[in-house]
Amino acid sequence: MAKPIIKIENLSASYRKNTVLHDVNFDVMSGSLTGIVGPNGAGKSTLLKTMLNLHPALAGSVSFFGLPFAKAKKRIGYVPQRGSVDWDFPTDALDVVTMGLYGQIGWLRRPGRLHKEKAYEALEKMGMADYADRQISQLSGGQQQRVFLARALVQHADIYFMDEPLAGVDATTERAIMTILKELKSIGKTVMVVHHDLQTVEDYFDHVLFLNQTVIKHGKTGHIFTKENIAKTYGGNMHWKGEVNQGVVHSFE
Amino acid sequence: MLSILLNSNTQWVLLSTMILGVAAGTIGCMAYWKRQNLMSDALSHSALPGVVIAFLLIQEKNLFILIIGAAISALIGAFLIQWITTSSRISEDSAMGMILSIFYGMGIMLLSIANRSAGGNQSGLDKFIYGQAAAMVKSDVITMLILALLVIFIVFIAFKEWKINLFDPQFAKGIGLSIKGMNILYTSILVTTIVIGIQAVGVILMAAMLVTPAVSARYWTRSFKIMILLSATFGGIAGAVGTFISALGNGWPTGPFIVVVASVVFVVSLLFGKENGILIKHLQFKMHQKTAKLNLQTLTEGLENK
Repeated sequence: MAKPIIKIENLSASYRKNTVLHDVNFDVMSGSLTGIVGPNGAGKSTLLKTMLNLHPALAGSVSFFGLPFAKAKKRIGYVPQRGSVDWDFPTDALDVVTMGLYGQIGWLRRPGRLHKEKAYEALEKMGMADYADRQISQLSGGQQQRVFLARALVQHADIYFMDEPLAGVDATTERAIMTILKELKSIGKTVMVVHHDLQTVEDYFDHVLFLNQTVIKHGKTGHIFTKENIAKTYGGNMHWKGEVNQGVVHSFE
Repeated sequence: MLSILLNSNTQWVLLSTMILGVAAGTIGCMAYWKRQNLMSDALSHSALPGVVIAFLLIQEKNLFILIIGAAISALIGAFLIQWITTSSRISEDSAMGMILSIFYGMGIMLLSIANRSAGGNQSGLDKFIYGQAAAMVKSDVITMLILALLVIFIVFIAFKEWKINLFDPQFAKGIGLSIKGMNILYTSILVTTIVIGIQAVGVILMAAMLVTPAVSARYWTRSFKIMILLSATFGGIAGAVGTFISALGNGWPTGPFIVVVASVVFVVSLLFGKENGILIKHLQFKMHQKTAKLNLQTLTEGLENK
């Protein structure tokens, strides 16, 4: 059997008084596209941040390619929540995407024309070429999200983590993003996505990770995306009416 | 008037306040995007007790030593603000307000003690409150110039690192930039800029040197690079022109004049700035209004004709 590319053991994390994550264990195989789902406050974003050393872990270990994060970080791309930055910052879309190349350019060096071209290609891929010179504050939410994704693409990472890339975006953007995610998967990249819409989980992801402070269930979507597991994750009161009435759980999260 | 400009001491002082303005304008942009404008005010007020304590210890007015004293006390202020915010329920702005007034009060108290001590009265320490560029001697000017140029150099050499650190620190950390290191560097150059400025501009008005050029520049550009360059230019102009005006009168303080010039630049930017300036906004609104009216007219005419 293949070796897991991401291995999480006994991971715990907290915010002030509350433990948000406890005893999280899971392995992720190379080339999988995993959706992380769970109710508000389940610790989905915290899980990503803790894995990426952006939030301190209380206990446990995280390894990528069998290495600790510090040694693997060049091969990891992260797309934070759109709301995590100030979009009023005076810069344009191309410049934000170029930031994805800063690691490759090297510290204290200036990005050259080649880097700008690479960034432009990534924007083009996200259908955003016409907006390259556009001030980022003047982009719509969906366009901002695509800029963020383009910035991750230029990193040419092997593992991608995305925090709610589909939250509050229009249908065009959702399609564009999903096309890219599936393409990444098809070329063997590993992608983990925090997702909020249970309706689309089966269409979008081949693996799903149910999270509510700890891992409720993790595995192939076809096997474990069941009413029981959803109820277990979201609490007993949650009725999964997916097949009967589309739209009831649609606005969950 | 010309004779003032020809005086070589004035030329040096003008040059140093101009470079100080450039440094302050540059750092001010970072404070602006870190949303730490009030922080720079708290830090400059916190510098006062350090200046006086350093003077009481060495009993002479050596700018370099006084600057070190100022830097230590400003850093203690910064540390206390951080500590109060993280270890209690007091919010950051309240913590800054507390530290600002406590340190400034302590500074004034120590100053009155120092003024009573032998030689203290002639020390010119009062000048640190409102600033007196003319009181600077050549060695002061050189100390100031070197430190200001160092600050400017640090910002421009790592321009791209500062930019990503300001825009998206989490992403910067992800690609291997040390956020802690950048924050320490930022605080160091901010405090350096403040302490070299307090003799010329004074602890009370130093924050205006940092904040005003940056907010003025915001009205003219959509690029971070140009914002920094403009802010540096505005700061330099304010420093030089303000110092020049204050040199016209005998014993006029420098700080207030620099701040007045900076404020004039701000008002002009607010009114005429091409990015969201009041005038351009009004013109755009009028233009849209006109087209909207015209559209309505053609629409109603079209209906009448039917």
